Formats: sequence, C-alpha cells, structure tokens
Amino acid sequence: MAELAIKKKRPKNLDLPTIRLPLPGILSIIHRISGAAMFLLLPFLLWLFQGSLTSPESFAGVKAVVGHPLAKIVLLGLVWFYMHHFCAGIRYLLLDLHKGVELEAARLSSKIVFVVSIALTLIIGARVLW
Amino acid sequence: MVNRILVGAHYGLKDWIIQRATAIVMAVFTLIFLVVVGAVGPDTFEAWRGIFANGFMKFATFLFFVSVFYHAWIGIRDIWMDYVKPDGLRLLMMIATAAVLVGYAGWAVQILWRM
Repeated sequence: MAELAIKKKRPKNLDLPTIRLPLPGILSIIHRISGAAMFLLLPFLLWLFQGSLTSPESFAGVKAVVGHPLAKIVLLGLVWFYMHHFCAGIRYLLLDLHKGVELEAARLSSKIVFVVSIALTLIIGARVLW
Repeated sequence: MVNRILVGAHYGLKDWIIQRATAIVMAVFTLIFLVVVGAVGPDTFEAWRGIFANGFMKFATFLFFVSVFYHAWIGIRDIWMDYVKPDGLRLLMMIATAAVLVGYAGWAVQILWRM
C-alpha cells in the first residue's frame, strides 16, 4: 500500500522557462543559491578570518584585500546573500510555527524579506565596506 | 495527516530539527556580533583581536562555526540529493562535502585557539 502511494503517477510540469515563479518561489531559490554560494566561499572567508587574527601585518594584508574595489563588490554580494538567507530563514521558522501560511500573508512576508535584507545589505555596505 | 510509510525510522526528523536549531544559534550570534562590533568599532588589529580573545566571544564564535558547518552539511547534502541522480556520484559529492566541512572545523579551532 505504501509503495502504491509512492509510485502513483501525478501530473507534473517541469518545463522551467514556462513557469512564472511567484515571489515566495524566487525567495526560495535565492535561499538555496545563496546557501550554496556561501558554502563555496567558506575557505576564502576562513582564510580572511585567520589573516585578520594572526598578526598586525596579516591584519593589514586582509584590510588591503578587503579594500580592493573588486573584493568590495564580491563582499557586498556576500553580505546580501547572508542577509537574504538570514531573513528568509526567519520567515521559514515562522512558517514552521504556522505563522503567515495563508497566501496573502506569505506573499507579504516574502516582500518584507526582500526589502529588509536589501536595506540591511546597504546599511552594512555603507558602514563597513565604503 | 500524510498517510504514507517510507523506509527507515524518522527519515530526516533529526536533521530537520538540527537545521533549525543551528539556524537559531547562527541568528543569535549574528545579532551579538553586530552589537559587539558596533560597540567596539574595531578598526585596529588589537581591538579586533580583543573581541575574539574574550572567553565568551571565543566560545560563541566556535559555536557559530560548528553551527555553520553542520547547517551547511544538511543544506548541501539536500542539494546533491535533489540534483545529482547517479548514486555513486551523489555519494562522492556527499563524502567530499563532509570531508571539507570537518576540515574547516579543525581550521576554525586552530584560528580561534592559536591566535
């Protein structure tokens, strides 16, 4: 009986270009992409963290790397990924608690995630990076 | 009520809980870290190093790192399970992911306790 339920044919549409992804769906895929990107950046970040704590000379070296215009762009993107993952994650925790599961509330909360995470990214970028 | 039986006990409840527990640890640490950095304003090596020389911050930072690595393990493993269909390749990706994350944990310990 269990196997029957799993093998039952269900209609599915996975023709990606024809699917119009709603905002909560866009939030979801960015949550995944940002998580994967931060995983890939982990060795770079640990290397920076190590340099920042080893000696005054290596600290200055990290400052020089982080101060490079190209690095600033990458780091701003990283900050946005972190803030998006953070805010979207809090939204998911609330959804787990059955808060805001109705369609309208879910759409509104995904808008809030985008607004808050981008605002936090700009604030941190302005205070720390520039 | 989802009326189906999958193989094995629990099928992922533990990971589901750990993913959320580590998320909460990281979120709390993020707020603490932003407050501390805002208060200290570490623009010199000594001030920056001082943050992590503090016993509580060292402990909290280590807890944060462990949470990041465990959280990343579950998240990246889910990505392999979703997109990598050949069993051998999927297993290889999972082993590689676990291996680098364990290595990162050792590296993080070294950074925090040998600084």
